[in-house]
Amino acid sequence: MTALIFIVFAGIAVFCAINLVVQTHPIASALSLIGVMGSLAILYLQLGGEFIAAAQVIVYAGAIMVLFVFVIMLLNAGAEAVSFQASRFVRYLGALLLAAFLGLISLIIQAALPKTEGVLFGTFQGTALDVGRKLFTTYLLPFEVTSVLILIAIVGAIVLARKEV
Amino acid sequence: MNLWLIPILPLLGFLANGLFGRRIPKALINLFAVGSVALSFAWVVKTLLGLGPIETKYVEHYFTWIQSGMLNISVDFAVDRLTAVMLMIVTGVGLLIHIYAVGYMEHEGGYYRFFAYLNLFMFFMLVLVLAQNYLLLFVGWEGVGLCSYLLIGFYLTEQFATNAGNKAFIVNRIGDFGFSLAVFLIVRQFGTLDFAKVFDAAKGMPAEASAGILTAITLLLLVGATGKSAQIPLYVWLPDAMAGPTPVSALIHAATMVTAGVYMTARSATLFMKAPIAMDTVAVIGLATAFFAATIGLTQMDIKKVFAYSTVSQLGYMFLGVGVGAFSAGIFHLMTHAFFKALLFLGAGAVIHGLHGEQDLREMGGLFKHMKITAITLLCASLAISGVPGTSGFFSKDAILVAAYERAPWMYWVGVLTAGITAFYVFRAWFMTFMGEYRGHAHPHESPLVMTGPLMILAVLSLGGGFINVPRFLEPMFAEKAENQTLAWLSAGVGILGIFLAWIFYVAKRGLADSFAKAFGGLYTLVYNKYFVDEVYDAAVVEPLIEGSRTVLWRGIDAGLIDGTVNGVGQRSRGIGSILRLIQSGNIRSYAAWVVLGSIVLLIAIGFAGGLR
Amino acid sequence: MPNAPVPLSWYLILSAILFALGVAGFIFRRNIITVFMSIELMLNAVNLSFVTFSYEFKQVDGHIYSFFVMVVAAAEAAVGLAIILTVFKNRATLMIDEVNSMKY
Repeated sequence: MTALIFIVFAGIAVFCAINLVVQTHPIASALSLIGVMGSLAILYLQLGGEFIAAAQVIVYAGAIMVLFVFVIMLLNAGAEAVSFQASRFVRYLGALLLAAFLGLISLIIQAALPKTEGVLFGTFQGTALDVGRKLFTTYLLPFEVTSVLILIAIVGAIVLARKEV
Repeated sequence: MNLWLIPILPLLGFLANGLFGRRIPKALINLFAVGSVALSFAWVVKTLLGLGPIETKYVEHYFTWIQSGMLNISVDFAVDRLTAVMLMIVTGVGLLIHIYAVGYMEHEGGYYRFFAYLNLFMFFMLVLVLAQNYLLLFVGWEGVGLCSYLLIGFYLTEQFATNAGNKAFIVNRIGDFGFSLAVFLIVRQFGTLDFAKVFDAAKGMPAEASAGILTAITLLLLVGATGKSAQIPLYVWLPDAMAGPTPVSALIHAATMVTAGVYMTARSATLFMKAPIAMDTVAVIGLATAFFAATIGLTQMDIKKVFAYSTVSQLGYMFLGVGVGAFSAGIFHLMTHAFFKALLFLGAGAVIHGLHGEQDLREMGGLFKHMKITAITLLCASLAISGVPGTSGFFSKDAILVAAYERAPWMYWVGVLTAGITAFYVFRAWFMTFMGEYRGHAHPHESPLVMTGPLMILAVLSLGGGFINVPRFLEPMFAEKAENQTLAWLSAGVGILGIFLAWIFYVAKRGLADSFAKAFGGLYTLVYNKYFVDEVYDAAVVEPLIEGSRTVLWRGIDAGLIDGTVNGVGQRSRGIGSILRLIQSGNIRSYAAWVVLGSIVLLIAIGFAGGLR
Repeated sequence: MPNAPVPLSWYLILSAILFALGVAGFIFRRNIITVFMSIELMLNAVNLSFVTFSYEFKQVDGHIYSFFVMVVAAAEAAVGLAIILTVFKNRATLMIDEVNSMKY
């Protein structure tokens, strides 16, 4: 069961990623990215990262990507011209080679990694309780610093993008 | 006894005249210059009287100059019998010449500078004579060379004078190089440069039948001596040095500086006695130089050049004496030569002064009635140099020739022949100057007392100086040689024959000399042009050096290599910079590509280094 | 259905693939917003890697790093898009090849 879910959603993630790189119109790329993020959220869930999965969907896919979509629609730039002119044969051959290359890399990584236990859904739960506890004790300083970082980002974004009066 | 006063007094005169000479009146300059030398002479006399018969060497140690490892060189002055003779000559004749120069340089520019240099020369010469180790002697050696350069080029606006000064210094330098090598070898062999220690160590060494370390040292010392004392092959600077004022020629190039080589050889007698090969070399070089220079003196038309070649020739005699082992005879001849050669030069200077600068013998003649004192004193000097019996030159030259006969008879015969030639050319000059009719256009007049006074004193010394028995005085240091009356009278006879021949050629039958010259046309041209030695040196040594220096050292190495490297560094930087500039292309995609490339390289590097463990 | 565990290496391989795709998009696309989104893709791949290793050690530290990455990505996206807006206002183009006035 875990394997099946993994394969399905990994495939969706890869497909969406390829789509992101290949598409000409930025809005299509944005929607592909949302797809990637969604699949990754499922995979996080499988790995026991409940809090992270929720954060991914809410913050990443829900806020950041929305911001991207807003800006794309605001600028309304349109699709970019396709510059890469190669025959279909070359394109298919390239894709095949790439797949073979990636498969080879995968095999190598698989062989190199130590044999640990696999992933089973439910074995580990990274609950919000655990995350919060760690966040406010061990990682308190980075937490506070990132809040300042966000403040800077807000100020910066407002200053950069405002209308000149 | 304060020996240090002897050289320091002239040094003070140099400082006084050198620093303030421009602003003080001439009388004061004279006071400083002549006074300092006079005081030095007085101090010498006082010291020698105070020391009495100098049985052992009287040493004064001042301070340690160099202390490095095993090498310990201190500044010591010492007086022994040899030093005593040299001190008297240098200060005494020096004083007379200083007095003479007051009159001679009366109307010359740069008056204070002349006397400053002359005093400086006295300082260095006295250091040379008083020194007790080779390095201090070398200091004096170099110092007198420097003063010689300064004084030869005294008329510094004249190209020929400055050229002559350069030539003197450079040729001297070649000799000094040999001297330096000898000093190095002495340090290596004996570990010290102190005379006493070196000679004590050398006494214990066996005499070298074939070439050994002592032969090397003494031959190199000889190279230095040939440079300083104008022997073959480094004599070429002395005739050109006549470009300096006549008192300079008298003091430096007759009486004192050029004798430094003979003095140094006599001082190193212990070393030379152990190296017979070197002694023979010294004798042969001396003899060859004596003969060679005498033949050139036969044909010269400039009165000072005649005497210059005569100096070279007489120095050859001194070297001959030293080379055959008659060290005291060589020093004796050094002393008498100082008297009569200084007198010859000063007298020639008086003649030139009286003729307002004329130096060519062909423009002189019949000056006897105009300059009686000059003529008579010069006659005394000429008799002395010709070895007429009773004069100082007779005694000293015979001591040398007799010793030469004992060594090898052929040396004696060549020496006698040279004596005859010497008498001939000296009296040739005297007759051409003072006899016959005046051929020139100036108004000759006698010189003032300040100039004729020293002439008269030197004339007395030239005639009577032979009775100062120097060889007996030096006997504790150098063994005296036996006398041989027959040989002595034989050489004297040849001398008188030479005078007689000169009288015939230049007084009795006037045109005989010219017809002789025409008859032996080629030979005459050869001798008149000094055997073209200067031209040979120029082509063989000077020109290649200058050319080589210009092309290889200047253009090749300095401009090409060094400048090229330094400029090249700048240009390489520019080149590399212009290549690195291409990374900053302004194209964002290329920046992105560089970022990715860099991160890949970083990952690989970390992977090779063992990961982030 | 068989409940076989999924080897951990698969997650890492997936992370690598996504990261490589992100790099490809970063280099080869000309639209600046697409380049930005490729950067976001790279960050997501790294997040996956963090969470995977967090599972391996059964600790939540990896989750926290991932959390911080998300925060930084948000801040960066905000400021970056503001810059893109400004550039678009001045150059009227989103093609990064045309923003090359620093070119020699």
